[in-house]
Amino acid sequence: MSEPVYIAGAFEHPTREAPEKSTMQIHAEVAAGALDDAGVSKDAVDAYFTAGVPEMEHALTPLMATDYLGLDVDYADTTDYGGSSYVSHVGHAASAIRDGKCDVALITLAGRPRSRGQATGSGTRELRTVQDSFERIYGATNVTMYGMAARRHMHEHGTTSEQLAEIRAAASHHAQYNENAMYQDPVSVEEVVDSPVVADPLHLLDCCVISDGGGALLVVSEDVRAELSRDCVEVLGHGESPKHHDAGRIDITATGAVESGKQAFAEAGLGPEHVEYASIYDSFTITVLEAIEDLGFCAKGEGGKFVEGGTLRADGDLPFNTDGGGLCSNHPGNRGGMTKVIEAVRQLRGEANPEVQTDADVALAHGTGGSIATRHGAATLLLGTEGSA
Amino acid sequence: MTDEETWGPRPLPDVSPETERYWAAASEGTLLLSYCSACDLYIYHPRARCPDCFEETEWAESSGDGTVYSFSVAERMEGWPEEDLPLVVAYVELDEGPRVMTNIVGCDPDEIAIDDSVSAVFRQTEEDDVAVPVFQPS
Repeated sequence: MSEPVYIAGAFEHPTREAPEKSTMQIHAEVAAGALDDAGVSKDAVDAYFTAGVPEMEHALTPLMATDYLGLDVDYADTTDYGGSSYVSHVGHAASAIRDGKCDVALITLAGRPRSRGQATGSGTRELRTVQDSFERIYGATNVTMYGMAARRHMHEHGTTSEQLAEIRAAASHHAQYNENAMYQDPVSVEEVVDSPVVADPLHLLDCCVISDGGGALLVVSEDVRAELSRDCVEVLGHGESPKHHDAGRIDITATGAVESGKQAFAEAGLGPEHVEYASIYDSFTITVLEAIEDLGFCAKGEGGKFVEGGTLRADGDLPFNTDGGGLCSNHPGNRGGMTKVIEAVRQLRGEANPEVQTDADVALAHGTGGSIATRHGAATLLLGTEGSA
Repeated sequence: MTDEETWGPRPLPDVSPETERYWAAASEGTLLLSYCSACDLYIYHPRARCPDCFEETEWAESSGDGTVYSFSVAERMEGWPEEDLPLVVAYVELDEGPRVMTNIVGCDPDEIAIDDSVSAVFRQTEEDDVAVPVFQPS
């Protein structure tokens, strides 16, 4: 049995649009928030984790960020899988703590795509990677790529637009209780299907919000936790699996969650049947559907039927994204893995919004960063209340 | 098969020493793939070393024939030429195996279906030795 590691602090920035702030300012605000939440002093931080800062490419991120934040650390990691990075960072921090490299790991995310007027899902961008010359030039954007995944899933498994819409409807049902959510009005399956087509077969309401903001987590060792009065959440298992185009053999109906979920469940000694709450990355409705299948909550191809009838609502069989998720509440900096972990922590601490609070002792947080149609980082965490392991 | 339409003003590929020959072949109406004889594997996108075994690859001519693996029709796309919308972004599974990202052209987007047979056509860019393969119903 490896040394227990805990999430002691979690903070989601309340903003969804921050034209008056800089991105690094938001990093500092969420860092302070997570430290306050845990009751840990800044001087105790000895490890720092973040992914790239969107408007600062080639920034030597760990140097730039520790300098700005005034952190004196012994360990840093800037693994960048896109939106799932922060789910991975929790696992990396747990490993570093168990290796004796550090005791208090701070993870921060911030971004301002809304204030910067960034065309996130439907916009082309300059060519950066070797693959862009074979993908971006054809108009491969987030929404066209996830649209292709949705169409292929529909073709192979008979999944319908109405079934995808169930996912948005459940998220919107939860968002009505979140005063910080960008979209707080519940929507019906019909309203999702009737919303404008962005990239066929995906509609506008199949897509996540574009929001400014951020969040932070504090991961600590057993020794540090013993000194805290705050309820902590135990990190039970972690897995991650970057999946790619595989020289042309890609199957866009399945994700890296097949592997990352397997790893996380094995480490925790648990199975999907033990999960009482799930935060599942929801860049698009199809992102959720494929992950639900790949994590083993139902058989491959059965996701459409699985989500029908309110399964994903707080009072359903698999309560998911009770904050409203990226679809309705927040997708800070186009990177939603952070808020996935934060809402799972809230659920386990009993700090979710009362109308959507479950009695979960075991929660899952899953990230899908990048594109399921080309390459993405899948990362899965299993979290539990103290003593649940 | 050549196409009278040109590629511009769409984004141009970055041509590298590793991919120069691929784009030049396209300007002569040929779709090239990388091929690893050790693995008997056709590879896309092209690269100098086989991603399965790291042996050096050779160039192989594709038939340019395949079927639609999936597609999405973009009704709007910021930064994309208006006259090129709606845009059909697709994966075509070549007869040689690889699934390649591309556009489907020369037909009504409403008439495209998964598994349709398609073949490559080539659109010349403003650079003489760079053309871009796209696909149309065959």
